[in-house]
Amino acid sequence: MKKDVILSVRNLIKNYPGVTALDNVSIDFMRGEVHALVGENGAGKSTFIKVLTGAIQADSGEVELEGVVHSGFTPHEALFDLGMAAIYQEFNLVPDLTVAENVFFGKEITRGPFINMKRMSSETEKIVNRLGMKINPRTLVKHLTVAYQQIVEIAKAVSKNVKILIMDEPSAPLTTNEVEHMFELVRALKKEGVTVIYISHRLAEAFELSDRITVFRDGKHIRTMETDKTERRELISLMVGRELGETYPKKRYDSDEVILKVHELCTEELLKNISFELRKGEILGFGGLVGAGRTELARALFGADPTESGEVFLRGRKVHIRNTSHAIGVGIGLIPEDRKRHGILSEMSVKENISFSAYRNINTFGFIRGKEEERISNDFKKKLDIKTPDLNRKVKNLSGGNQQKVVLSKWLATQCEILIFDEPTRGIDVGAKQEIYELIKDLAEEGKGIVLISSELPELLGMCDRIIVMREGEITGSFMRGEATQDKILDLASGE
Amino acid sequence: MFFQRLKFLRQYGIIVVLIVLVIFFSITTSAFLKTENLFNITRQVAMLGISAVGMSFVIITSGIDLSVGSLISLSNILCAKLMVEGGVNPVMAVFITLLMACLVGLVNGAFVNLANIPPLITTLGMMTTLRGISYVLCNGYPIWGFTEKFRVLGQGYVGPIPIPVIIMILIFILGWMFLNKTVYGRYVYGIGGNEEASRLSGINVKNMKYLVYILCSFLTGVAGMIMLSRMNTGQPKVGGGFELEVITAVVLGGVSIFGGQGKLIGVLIGVLILGVLGNGMIIMNISEYWQQVVRGLVLLAAVGFDNLSSRNLKNT
Repeated sequence: MKKDVILSVRNLIKNYPGVTALDNVSIDFMRGEVHALVGENGAGKSTFIKVLTGAIQADSGEVELEGVVHSGFTPHEALFDLGMAAIYQEFNLVPDLTVAENVFFGKEITRGPFINMKRMSSETEKIVNRLGMKINPRTLVKHLTVAYQQIVEIAKAVSKNVKILIMDEPSAPLTTNEVEHMFELVRALKKEGVTVIYISHRLAEAFELSDRITVFRDGKHIRTMETDKTERRELISLMVGRELGETYPKKRYDSDEVILKVHELCTEELLKNISFELRKGEILGFGGLVGAGRTELARALFGADPTESGEVFLRGRKVHIRNTSHAIGVGIGLIPEDRKRHGILSEMSVKENISFSAYRNINTFGFIRGKEEERISNDFKKKLDIKTPDLNRKVKNLSGGNQQKVVLSKWLATQCEILIFDEPTRGIDVGAKQEIYELIKDLAEEGKGIVLISSELPELLGMCDRIIVMREGEITGSFMRGEATQDKILDLASGE
Repeated sequence: MFFQRLKFLRQYGIIVVLIVLVIFFSITTSAFLKTENLFNITRQVAMLGISAVGMSFVIITSGIDLSVGSLISLSNILCAKLMVEGGVNPVMAVFITLLMACLVGLVNGAFVNLANIPPLITTLGMMTTLRGISYVLCNGYPIWGFTEKFRVLGQGYVGPIPIPVIIMILIFILGWMFLNKTVYGRYVYGIGGNEEASRLSGINVKNMKYLVYILCSFLTGVAGMIMLSRMNTGQPKVGGGFELEVITAVVLGGVSIFGGQGKLIGVLIGVLILGVLGNGMIIMNISEYWQQVVRGLVLLAAVGFDNLSSRNLKNT
């Protein structure tokens, strides 16, 4: 296929009070290419997409699409006139409508005043088949898995004959197998001549999928490179603006003292006979596919969900954890996976968030000891390098990485002996990831027991002393450091 | 510049409304701005204010309590019955009544916590039930004939200040301390902002909900006692529509109905606005029908303005 420029962005500038979100950005996109956008949080990727989809207007600069210059357009124009669509991490689907109704939402096929379900279904089927997938167009969207919902989103875009499809972190909600399917879908789109702008934190995906990669940093377009002529290390250093590897810190502490012992733990829905031990200063990894029951295990241990049977021993003493408050009381903390929904209290201040779980310790007859609250939050702000102008700022105004640091601080402030980290680095940029790895290592060296749940295998392999693999609510195996490889873990996780 | 002015208004808008109302009634009527009348206003809103403190706690946890009006009625009837027919001394009667009010809060909390019924439905059911009990207890007849001493609570003065006003101010101060100085206050805001995140932060959300519903009912019980003392008669129909008035004051004061946000100082001003508005309109001889129209419109205007200005702030 002949490669010509379909979309040319020139000299885009977007200023917010105090921040330049886009600083004179110019990029060309080719017809039918997969073009990866990478960069740390706050690098300007999101702003860039928003300008392309018409959600916000740039202060200056122009967008040339197939030879026609546009200086500004509405979201409606972007989608219907220009043919640019975006798929975000949160889908814009109506759960109680069928697949076909969603695909044709807003431009239903009608016969007279009535909706022509039959044709909408057959058209939907055609589109989905063209993408190499299979979905019953009459299924309600709410009954689909996340992966299939994503396919519906893509079909929705394709039905509008989009020329440019922007995908914002499409792999984030998917399991490893599903990501493979999504890749095939992207390749199918590419074959149809659709330009895909692919945004991901996972560099491996950018390398596997894209033709070219563009790096953003501090609102600037740093460089656009041919993917097959680019080194991973070079890319990372361009992203962070300094030499930095994804290296895992070496831990110098070991102990034989068992602080947590779980014996044949079961829950009504998923977990079956989970037994394991956690030692002082150990980093114990949990691998597996999404839905294997790792998060459920974490929640059950933390008293957030009820257990059916089984025993938990802390330092040899049997405990029955009634609720989350009790869990903290006995020294178990859980840093949840979904930061926005379960981690932060977005309307409250940085100070209040950091102290939130520790208030139980810093009050006299219920009255908060203000100075101590101030000191604790200040300490963690410094220790974790939380970037906020002051402690009274609402957490919702912080960037994702800093929000995660606030959540971590909240848990460190509780002084829990056992900390369960559920996907602690999801959706976080390379630099902040490194800091979190260091932190986890430091905690283990202080003698805390760490449970690390992660879907990123290199992270598990690099960080953990031991890795337990789960599948469908059961433990299917475990490895000591050094024994495990990505393939071995995947075999146990998928049951092949 | 415009948005800066808007920001100012948003922060202080509710005070501006109060001041404008006071100025308006001071100019249009001669009776309004007399010290006696001003004390009269504060005494009239004392019950509303006391209950509004409890309601604020509930609404900040993103709950609601519709049963407060009926609880006023039940506490009036119960206390009156105890004193008149049971011959219980007033202090003891008040104590028992407040205990009953706490029990109502406990039941509200139990339905919300254990049966997982949304607060709106729970307290709606409670509202009807309590009103019914109230009528059953007195057969629909008023109860009177209290000792002279009981009138002190609602009609007495300390110096020039009516006792109900002193109680209200005390409760606002204690409420403010609860919300701002104690860990429970933080939990109240946390639960309203993000209940699941609060639970996963190790907060015992259920206990906190029991606490806020009990506090709300308890304070409403206190308001009910003042009401009874002022009326000097226990009437079952008393407190009809009181719950809506309390919610109006709380929302007017800037407490978000979705929870997680709001300050008691705003609620106090919301209470005063309703008081000034009611009093001023009576002095101006505006009919009760029109008064309702105006109160409704004031609520819509104040909250509408608040929402519009916060949206504009987000865009800047």
